[in-house]
Amino acid sequence: MKVLNYIRKRFFSSPIDAFLTLSIGYLIYLTIPPLINWTLIDATFSGNTKKDCVAGGACWVFVKMWFNRFLYGLYPNEEIWRINFAFSILIISIIVYRFLNPKFKKYLFIFLVLPFPILSLILFSGGLLGLPTVDTSEWGGLFLTLVISIFAIIFCFPIGVLLAMGRKSNLPVIKYFSIGFIEFWRGVPLITVLFMAGVMFPLLLPSGTNLDKLVRVIIAITLFEAAYMAEVIRGGLQAVGRGQYDASKAIGMGYWKSHIFIILPQALKLVIPGIANTFIALFKDTPLVFVVGLLEILGMVNLAKTNPYWLGMATEGYVFVAFVYWIFCFAMSRYSLSIEEKLKTTN
Amino acid sequence: MGNIIQLNNVNKWYGDFHVLKDINFEVNEKEKVVICGPSGSGKSTLIRCINRLEEHQKGEIVVDGMALDENTKNISAIRSEVGMVFQQFNLFPHLSILENCSLAQIWVKKKTKKDSESLAMDYLRKVQIEDQALKFPGQLSGGQQQRAAIARALCMEPKIMLFDEPTSALDPEMIKEVLDVMVDLAKGGMTMCVVTHEMGFAKEVADRVVFMDEGYIVEAKKTNDFFQNPENDRTKLFLSQIL
Repeated sequence: MKVLNYIRKRFFSSPIDAFLTLSIGYLIYLTIPPLINWTLIDATFSGNTKKDCVAGGACWVFVKMWFNRFLYGLYPNEEIWRINFAFSILIISIIVYRFLNPKFKKYLFIFLVLPFPILSLILFSGGLLGLPTVDTSEWGGLFLTLVISIFAIIFCFPIGVLLAMGRKSNLPVIKYFSIGFIEFWRGVPLITVLFMAGVMFPLLLPSGTNLDKLVRVIIAITLFEAAYMAEVIRGGLQAVGRGQYDASKAIGMGYWKSHIFIILPQALKLVIPGIANTFIALFKDTPLVFVVGLLEILGMVNLAKTNPYWLGMATEGYVFVAFVYWIFCFAMSRYSLSIEEKLKTTN
Repeated sequence: MGNIIQLNNVNKWYGDFHVLKDINFEVNEKEKVVICGPSGSGKSTLIRCINRLEEHQKGEIVVDGMALDENTKNISAIRSEVGMVFQQFNLFPHLSILENCSLAQIWVKKKTKKDSESLAMDYLRKVQIEDQALKFPGQLSGGQQQRAAIARALCMEPKIMLFDEPTSALDPEMIKEVLDVMVDLAKGGMTMCVVTHEMGFAKEVADRVVFMDEGYIVEAKKTNDFFQNPENDRTKLFLSQIL
């Protein structure tokens, strides 16, 4: 009886409610069972070729056979350990970080943000210590997605902070430079920026100089996202009361000290959801690097589905990519929520 | 005893609005001056000019022998000698009370963390909230927050303390605890410049009272004289309303 009562109250309290409940129920009935059938029940998991997929559902054999390519792109098989090695260290460090004594946390954090990415890049590209060189044109798949987004995230954040502060500065040169920079990058589509960075930029360089295409692309995405980041952070700066500026000045702290210790910690805390939003958007923008011929995970799927032995596998590939993207984006969103919660309780 | 604060013909405008008009004002070492007047009379602006939270456009301000002008180096030197307490406390909400008090000692005065914290605890004891040291400002009552703000200013060991309506944002029952701290401080020989409507405080500790109206200093006298023989009609009117 209790259950029936609950259902009546929650789902059928008025004719409109009843109508909505029934139509949504019907929609779920229409979509969910076929989806489960296709992805799991009728799907094929074992086998090596397209011909093994006869059950009528999804052909996960395609994803299985191409798995390493989706993850590592065209990176040579015998060198893949380098990627696994670096990302294992990253994951272990993140786990250790959670349980580490707060005293050492900042050192690990600094290591992860500065030396670690650079050391990893050296490891990935090789050419040192007897490691064979792997050209960046062979980098791809999820590996490339992560390299681009991690670097862009690490660099766009501090640049965004500086631009946001610059836009609020009293010094006209800095202020108008920041405004100009932000409005320029916000005004152009990312795909154009990538095209310029990949194709046009080398033409403008003096002959003989060569900046790796991947580096140019990362710089382009970083600057593009920094402009958005700046506006998010500016919102936080404006929400910090004028009294906080007064008080920090009054105890003798100058511009930089006030900002580092007083203003920014409060401003950034206020805009954590916006910052997470920008990071997620950045992550999801990475497939656009296909315009300059870099194949991250979605690009690899697009390549695989045109393989003559695997024609017609686009749906499986896209569902797989969507799932991978969703896992990363959801993780970022949960992580930002957990930071918010943590900062709430200490205050 | 020399003048530690000296203002000569100071004028300030907010756009077209003339806030401070020909202000001549001085404070001697160890002197306690109360500034009063109706709201909008420019008294807060006046004391905010003394540590250059506001910039004046005309005239001369000299604090402890240093002129206040566009020379930034001078300004941080002056600010570290002038403590300020605000109406809205302006504690740093993301830091504990202890960190509020020790932060500037560490980063401005370059003291060690240990020394800064022990000095901070001394001053928190003085304002009787040492047991709140590890709490955050949001967990304290208004009166406790204002006392913490006073301790934070004192931790820089200033020569002068400025108070900008320190009790105006407090519930009546908390005003006394803050005024008691200020009276103690005054008796300890601090040079103080206090904007307040608390005439009881003025009578108890002030050496001089300054009355401002519409951007002018209308009357400035020894405390007893000020309350017993106000000369100006506006002063008389103000006193009759507030006492």
